[in-house]
Amino acid sequence: MGTERAKTELLPGTLDMLVLKMLMRGHLHGYAIAQLIQQLSDDLLRVEEGSLYPALQRLELNGWIEGEWGTSANNRRARFYKLTPDGRKHLAEESARYLRVTGAVARIMGYAQ
Amino acid sequence: MLWEEMEFHIASMVEELVAQGMSEPEARAAAHRKFGNMTQKKEEARSTWIARWMSDLAQDLRHSFRGMQRDAGFTAFAVLIAGLGIGASSTVFSVVNALLLRPLPFRDPGRLVWITNGDYSTATQTEHYADLRELNRSFSDLAGWSGFYFPGDRELTGSGEPERLTSLPVTGNLFALLGVQPAIGRSFIAEECQGRYAAPPAVVLSYSFWRRRFASDPSVVGRKLTLNNQPATVVGVMPATFDFASVFAPGTPIDIFIPWPVNDKTKPQGNTMKMVGRLKPGATIQGAQAEFAMLGKQLRSQYPERNPITPELAPLAQRVSGRVSPALFVLACAVGVVMLIVCANLSNLQLARLAARQKELAMRAALGAGRSRLLRQMLTESVALSCCGTVLGLALAMAGTREVAHLQAFNLPLLESVRIDGSALVFTLLTAVGSGVLFGLLPALRVSAFSLLEGLQDASRRSSGGKGHAWVRDGLVVSELVFACILLVGAGLLIRSFLRVLDVNLGFQPERAAALRIDPSFRITSFPQQNSFIDEVLNRARSVPGIVAAGITDVLPLRDDRSWAVSGKGQVYKKGYQPEAFIRVVSDGYFAAAGIPLRLGRDFTQRDRADGERVVVVNETMARTLWPGQNPVGQVITTDGGRRVVGVVADVRHTALEAAGGLEMYLPMRQTGDYAAIQLVVRTALPPDSLAAALRTTLRPVDPNLPVREFQTLQDLVDRAVSPRRFLVLLLAGFAVFALILASLGIYAVISFSVSQRVQEIGIRMALGASPIDLESRIVLRTLGLAALGLTLGMAAARILSSALGSLLFGVTSGDPVTFLAMGALLTLVAAVAGYIPARRASRIDPMVALRSS
Repeated sequence: MGTERAKTELLPGTLDMLVLKMLMRGHLHGYAIAQLIQQLSDDLLRVEEGSLYPALQRLELNGWIEGEWGTSANNRRARFYKLTPDGRKHLAEESARYLRVTGAVARIMGYAQ
Repeated sequence: MLWEEMEFHIASMVEELVAQGMSEPEARAAAHRKFGNMTQKKEEARSTWIARWMSDLAQDLRHSFRGMQRDAGFTAFAVLIAGLGIGASSTVFSVVNALLLRPLPFRDPGRLVWITNGDYSTATQTEHYADLRELNRSFSDLAGWSGFYFPGDRELTGSGEPERLTSLPVTGNLFALLGVQPAIGRSFIAEECQGRYAAPPAVVLSYSFWRRRFASDPSVVGRKLTLNNQPATVVGVMPATFDFASVFAPGTPIDIFIPWPVNDKTKPQGNTMKMVGRLKPGATIQGAQAEFAMLGKQLRSQYPERNPITPELAPLAQRVSGRVSPALFVLACAVGVVMLIVCANLSNLQLARLAARQKELAMRAALGAGRSRLLRQMLTESVALSCCGTVLGLALAMAGTREVAHLQAFNLPLLESVRIDGSALVFTLLTAVGSGVLFGLLPALRVSAFSLLEGLQDASRRSSGGKGHAWVRDGLVVSELVFACILLVGAGLLIRSFLRVLDVNLGFQPERAAALRIDPSFRITSFPQQNSFIDEVLNRARSVPGIVAAGITDVLPLRDDRSWAVSGKGQVYKKGYQPEAFIRVVSDGYFAAAGIPLRLGRDFTQRDRADGERVVVVNETMARTLWPGQNPVGQVITTDGGRRVVGVVADVRHTALEAAGGLEMYLPMRQTGDYAAIQLVVRTALPPDSLAAALRTTLRPVDPNLPVREFQTLQDLVDRAVSPRRFLVLLLAGFAVFALILASLGIYAVISFSVSQRVQEIGIRMALGASPIDLESRIVLRTLGLAALGLTLGMAAARILSSALGSLLFGVTSGDPVTFLAMGALLTLVAAVAGYIPARRASRIDPMVALRSS
C-alpha cells in the first residue's frame, strides 16, 4: 500500500514468452517462476500473481507446458511445470517475433542497435 | 487443485516475508493482499481451465437463442423445414431398419435358410422333404409348413358365433427350429403329427386370435374346439412377439396352427411344402447348396414318379425382404436428397443472416474472440437450430411410423414392427447434428474469413455484397435446383409407371363387381346336392334388384392361386418342362359376373354336369401355348382325367398387375369337388357396397349358419395389389413437391437479396431512363441463367440415377423424354416465377428513394 514501486507494464503476450524462457532452465513451480523473473530483471519486472496463474493455465491448455504435482524443497505439495517440444518451438517463434518488433521500434526511436 | 497450488505460493511468500523479519500473521496478511482476491482469481483460473469449453458452450447457446429470437421469421422457417426433413428421414430409417436391418425375430436368425424348388415353384413335394431331412448333413434340422392353405378354410362352430379361421399346417419341429416357444401350453407332440389332415387333433392358437376370440383367457389351453365339425384340443398359444404371417406370408394373418401329418395320404399332394432349415454350426450356405444340388439330382433319378426337385437355398432374411429392397433403397436416397436441399436452403439463408451481422461479428473478433471461437459459435447456432427442428421432426416421425405400422392394405413383411426405437433416436440425433454442421459450415467459414477490418468500416455497400459471396449463394441455389430436378424426374417416372400400371388390361372388370365367401357350414356329400346348392345360390343372387350377373369361383384374381402341370393329348414334354397352368373351379355365369370376355366357343352351362362330358375352358395364352396355330376348341387335355376344350377366354392378370398371367384353365364346378373355397361373384348396376346387405339376406335361407364377414369388391382387390406402388409414388411425389418449393424459395431469396443489394444501381439505371421492363427482364434472365445451369446438371444427374430405378419402372424407360421434358419445363416455370416477383418489386423502386439510400 503506497510503498509499491511503479509497475512496469509488459506488452501483452510477453509474459507467456518469459514464463516459457524460465522453464528452459528446468522444472519450476509458479512461485519460483515469478521469483526468477523478478531476480533476472533486477527487480524491474514483477509478475502479478493474478496474471501468472491464468498465464500458466493458458500455456498448459495450448500444450506448450506440462504440469505435474511434486514436493517442494520444504516438503510442501506444489505443481511443477516443464516445457514441451511444442513449447520450445513456440518460444523460438515468439522470441524471434519479439526481436523484430522491438528492433523496429528501436530504429524508429533512433536508439542504437 | 488450483487452490492447493496457490496455497503453496502464498505459503512460500509468507516464509520469505518472515525471513525478512515480519511476524507471521502480518506476513500472511501481506501475502494475501498481494495475491489479491483468491476466490476471484480461482474462479477466473477455473474458467480457463476445467470448464472452459462448457462455459463457452453455454455462452454460445445463450447467444444463439438470442439471435433466434431476434430473427423469429428465419427461425420459424428453419425449424419447420429442418423438422420436416428430419421427420421424413427418421420415418424412412425406421422402415428400413424394421424391414432390412433388424435381425428377424427368431433365435440366431443368421443361420436360418429358406429352401425353394428352383424356378419350378417355391414349394416342394412332401416326400422330398422327408428324404432331404434324413439324408442331409448340413442342417441340424429341416422344418416346413404347407403352402397350400386358404384364408378361412376351417370353420369354427359351437362356441359363439361361427367364424372362418385361417389355419396353417406346420411340421411338429417348426417352432423349435425357429427358436420360438409357445407362451402358454406346449407345441405339438409326435402323436399329434400322425393324424389326418382333415381332422387335426390339436391346435396352437396365434396370439392375435387368442386375444380377439378368447379375450386372452389362459384357461383356453385344454379346451376342445369344433373345426369343420371335427373336435380339436387347444394345446398352446404363441407369444405376442411371434407373428408368422408378418415374416413369411404378409397379408394373410394366421389364426391357428395345426400339425401337418407328413405321412397322411389324404392331405393335398404335389408341391405344397415350404421348407426352412437351420444350418449346423460351422456349415456354410454355399456348402449346403452344393450338397442339396447333389441330393436333388439323386432324388430325381431315384424317384422319377415324383415331381422334379432342384433345391435352391437363400438366407431367410434375404428371402423375406428381398422384394422390397429396391423400393426402400429409392426411398432412402430420396430422403437423403431432401435433407441436402434443406441444408442448402438453410445455408443460403444463414449466409444472408450472418452477412447482416457483419459489424457485430467484427467487433467480437476485435475484442479477442479468435477465428476458431467465432466459427465454433456459429456452428453451435446452426446445430441448435437443427436440434429445435429435431423436436418437431421426432413428433412427425412418431406419427409417421405409427401410420406405417398400421397400414393394413399392404403385403409387406414386418411392417407392424416399424417404430421409433433406440437406433432410430440415435440416427435422428446424428442427422440433426450432421445437418446442423453441414448447413452452418459454409456460412461460418465465409463470414469468419472475411476481413474484420472491412467489417468495422462503415462501407457504403454492405460488405457481404462482394463478389465472393455472390457465387457461393448462386452455387447453393444451383445445387438446390439439381437436387430438386433429380427428385422431380424420379417422381415423374414413377408416376408415369403407376399410371401405366393402372391402365393395364386386367382381363376382368373390377368396377361394380364384388365377391362374397359362401362356403356352406354343412358338408356337401354328393354332386346333386352340390348342384342344387349352386342353383339356389345363383338364382337367389340374380333375383336381388341391382345385381346383373352372378357366378361362383374358388379363387379370386390377385389373391389366391394354385397350379398344375398340363399337356395336350398326344403332346409329350420332357420331365420338368411341362407347362404349368393356374386352375380355377368356376360355375356357369362366372365369366359374365367377373367381366372376362369370351373369345371362342362357349361358357359353361348347367348342363355340364358330372354325368356328362368332361369339359374345360382355357385362356388365350394356354390355347396359344398348347396348340399354336390350331383351333383350340375341341382339343383335349390330359390333365384331370382328360377334358375337352369348349371355350377360350381372355387372359386375366391374377398374380400382379405388372405381370402377365400365364396359362389358366377353368374347370366347371358341377364336374369336380376339388376346391377349397366358394366365392360368389356378382356384377352390379349400383355401387356394390349398397347391395351387400340385400345379398346376405337372400342367401340366409340357403344356410342359416353362413359366416358373412367377407364381402369385398373386386376393385378392393385391385387397389390392394397396387397399394405398395401407390404408396411409394405418393411419398416420392411429396418429397419432390417439397424439394420444388424449397428450390423456388431459394431462388426467390437469392434474387431478392441481390436486388436489395443493388438498390442504388437500379435507382441510377431508372434515373438514366431504363424502363421497368428492361429491369425486370434483366433480373428474370439472371434467374433463368441460374435455372439453366441447375437444369443441365440436374438432368444429367437424373439421367444417370434413373437407371437405378430399374425394376420399379413399368411401361416407361429410364430415359423417358416426356418425363424429362415435363419436369424441365415445370422447374423452369417455377424458377421464372420465383425470379419474377422480386424483379417486379425492383421495377417499382422509386429512383429518388433508391439513390438516397446507402
